Amino acid sequence: MKQSIGERVFDVFNTLLLLVIMILCFYPMLYVFNSSISDPDQMLRSRSLMLIPEGFQLGAYKSVFQDTRIYTGYMNTLFYVVVGTAINLLMTSLAAYGLSRSDLMGRKTLMKLITFTMFFGGGMIPTFLLIQNLGMVDTRFALIIPGAISTFYFLIMKTNFEGVPISLIESAKLDGANDFLILFRIVLPLSKPILAVMMLYYAVDHWNDYVGPMLYLRSQELYPIQIIMRDILISSSTEAMGAGADTGFAIGENIKYATIIISTLPIMLVYPFIQRYFVQGALIGAVKQ
Amino acid sequence: MELNRSRGIEPGRLKPAGKWSSVKKELVRNRYVYLMLVPVVAYYLIFSYGPMYGLLMAFQESYNPIKGILAGEWVGFDNFTMFFESYYFWRLIKNTLILSFYSIVFGFPAPILLALLLNEVRKKWFRGAVQTISYMPHFISVVVVVGMLKTFSSLDGGLFNVIRDFFDLQPIMFLAEKDMFRPMYILSNIWQGAGWASIIFLAALSGIDPQLYEASKIDGAGRWKQLLHITLPGIMPTIVIMLILRMGAVMNADFQKILLMQTAPTYETSDVISTFVYRSGILEGNYTYSTAIGLFNGVINFALLIIANAISRKLNSTSLW
Repeated sequence: MKQSIGERVFDVFNTLLLLVIMILCFYPMLYVFNSSISDPDQMLRSRSLMLIPEGFQLGAYKSVFQDTRIYTGYMNTLFYVVVGTAINLLMTSLAAYGLSRSDLMGRKTLMKLITFTMFFGGGMIPTFLLIQNLGMVDTRFALIIPGAISTFYFLIMKTNFEGVPISLIESAKLDGANDFLILFRIVLPLSKPILAVMMLYYAVDHWNDYVGPMLYLRSQELYPIQIIMRDILISSSTEAMGAGADTGFAIGENIKYATIIISTLPIMLVYPFIQRYFVQGALIGAVKQ
Repeated sequence: MELNRSRGIEPGRLKPAGKWSSVKKELVRNRYVYLMLVPVVAYYLIFSYGPMYGLLMAFQESYNPIKGILAGEWVGFDNFTMFFESYYFWRLIKNTLILSFYSIVFGFPAPILLALLLNEVRKKWFRGAVQTISYMPHFISVVVVVGMLKTFSSLDGGLFNVIRDFFDLQPIMFLAEKDMFRPMYILSNIWQGAGWASIIFLAALSGIDPQLYEASKIDGAGRWKQLLHITLPGIMPTIVIMLILRMGAVMNADFQKILLMQTAPTYETSDVISTFVYRSGILEGNYTYSTAIGLFNGVINFALLIIANAISRKLNSTSLW
């Protein structure tokens, strides 16, 4: 079928608009990358939009890699992400399995009490004092235990578990399986797709967590990467990295750009491959809403 | 529970008929399920209901770290009146509401527009490319986004000031200008979130019956007519629900981002209830006073959410619970 002129104008206009949007989304990231490898003096002189790098240096990256804070931060974040997510998944599965069993006594009351916590809570100060009284301040526990179950994710998982055919569970019971066995051998393997999505979302939450460590951690050796980045990017402490020592005065800014790249690149590289899981998660969340 | 379990195993003890015996029977039958729920219940009791108990502090004069929450002197609503009468009260409320208002006016339509544009694209690869790129900023952490804003505002050679330079404007410290806080906050939110938020609208768009478009084509409707009479009405329920839910959160400011973005010179426009609670409570140690402010905000949020949810249920039979 032939397109009318109006249709064609519409298409061209639409494509152009989307191209502009795409550039607007991408440009700040490109700017950061190009700035991180540019020569600081040349950058300062040209004051360009950095569509291509101005000169070239890798000194900024060298400085960042030499900064032990970044390395320790990365390792700490890795710990919080891996251990935290494992505990999240375990606790959420236990809760979801238990409360997906319709024959359970007191299920309705428990569900009401749990759902209520989604909408109302003690708030920052009472929670902080509680964690303090539990002796968790300045320990790794503070970032792993207090958020062990996200009620929202629990509800999603519970809905999913309810879809597992009851006949499967009943027949497993007749074969003498107990509920732990049923959860780990039948229900969880059947729920792999939702488990993958939950894992991703919990992991990203741990990766991005910055308020938790800010409130509860005091010692530098426990700091995750987000706190280190706040110190470098926002509180401007590049001096410790020997800024100014090798290339000249302005490399401090390049170090900031390099820090952004180093901390963001891993996710950016992985993300296009797991995009569909993220999108799935976003949709489940929306349907639930 | 352990007790009931071991007792229940002896069949002789189940004899006395009535409510208790059926409860015992149930506890035995589902004993592993109850065992699973022990850590879950403990978790919610300690980490969700524990802090709620701590809210009692809001009605006390001061917090005693050794004697605990109930040891303080009860002062009724004194902390609340002190807050309502303070200089900061209206400023905090005003800032929260204005930020929300701008977010709704500018931020809310952005993902809808993007979804509508994407929906008109026929080449699949182009559509996929736009989606992948526009979702990307969502995966950058708040700390990095604010860090980018900060480096872009640098006086020597930061992007924002380079752009100002083109127009022969003097460089300014963007993050220290109180008039710049709101635009920077809203625009960076749109940059980071619009692509991701368009997902739900795209899903709604793909749910529209393609036969409607076919029929309208036969009737001679062009793309504009289709947009106005089929596409928009088709996703209206989704738009309405999302808008109502957004309204339910008008008193909820993004604590993380604001705390990272604000500097003392911008407090006049950037300070909101949660950042004030943080400074007053955690940094200055006014525990009971800041707990009262937090409680005040929590109650308002709760009420707004209930109202938003009731409206959404009425309109669309969709609700949060």
